[in-house]
Amino acid sequence: MTKVSNTAAANTEISIQTADFSLADEVALLERDNAIDGAVVTFTGRVRNQNEGKAVTSLTLEHYPGMTEKSLAKIIAQAKERWRIGRVKVIHRVGELFIGDQIVFVGVTSKHRQDAFAANEFIMDYLKVQAPFWKKEASTDGANWLDAKTTDENKAAKW
Amino acid sequence: MIKVVFFAALREQLNCSELSINSDNLATVADLKNHLASKDENWQQVFANSALLSAVNHDMVSSEQAIKAGDEVAFFPPVTGG
Repeated sequence: MTKVSNTAAANTEISIQTADFSLADEVALLERDNAIDGAVVTFTGRVRNQNEGKAVTSLTLEHYPGMTEKSLAKIIAQAKERWRIGRVKVIHRVGELFIGDQIVFVGVTSKHRQDAFAANEFIMDYLKVQAPFWKKEASTDGANWLDAKTTDENKAAKW
Repeated sequence: MIKVVFFAALREQLNCSELSINSDNLATVADLKNHLASKDENWQQVFANSALLSAVNHDMVSSEQAIKAGDEVAFFPPVTGG
């Protein structure tokens, strides 16, 4: 099973999955029958080949089923209160991922670009500090759970 | 009974992903933490970590949060997704 969960509400979709995703397909879905929104902002996060000076070979993503979806839905609801946005799609992959693999996707549409830009960054910043995902990194140092970064906490606190 | 779940590094340190605990005499998340910490030295050490996060029924909470029978309580390290 590649889809772990898929939650869709009005103009919002959250997908936790092991499978990869296609940026082109996601953009097409955000745009389909959506002539009202002139702006589409997407963010894709990928696995880097190094972290803090170590060569990374793979990442294993763990999550808390149920809480993950609830937490992302809350973050998206907050974004919808703060900005005039249309559609929102969040995809987060779990399981084992390798260098260059896509990990996370956030897509937001709005009538004008400013709202979609801001909401996309807000969702990503909050996902980083509130959504229950954990990365275990396999590198030249062996396999280690990553520590949370205070820079991520500070960034989210600025909103 | 209360269902208690553990994730990521915490799950590995405790060698435990899920427990069922009698909720009598446990009024808050802090009470549950103290109860779990009293298991043995390893559990005590793990629960002494102040960075530990808790959730009740899928919502992030503080240690003062009240708990009751039927709740699902989770403990985990700071999150690192994205």
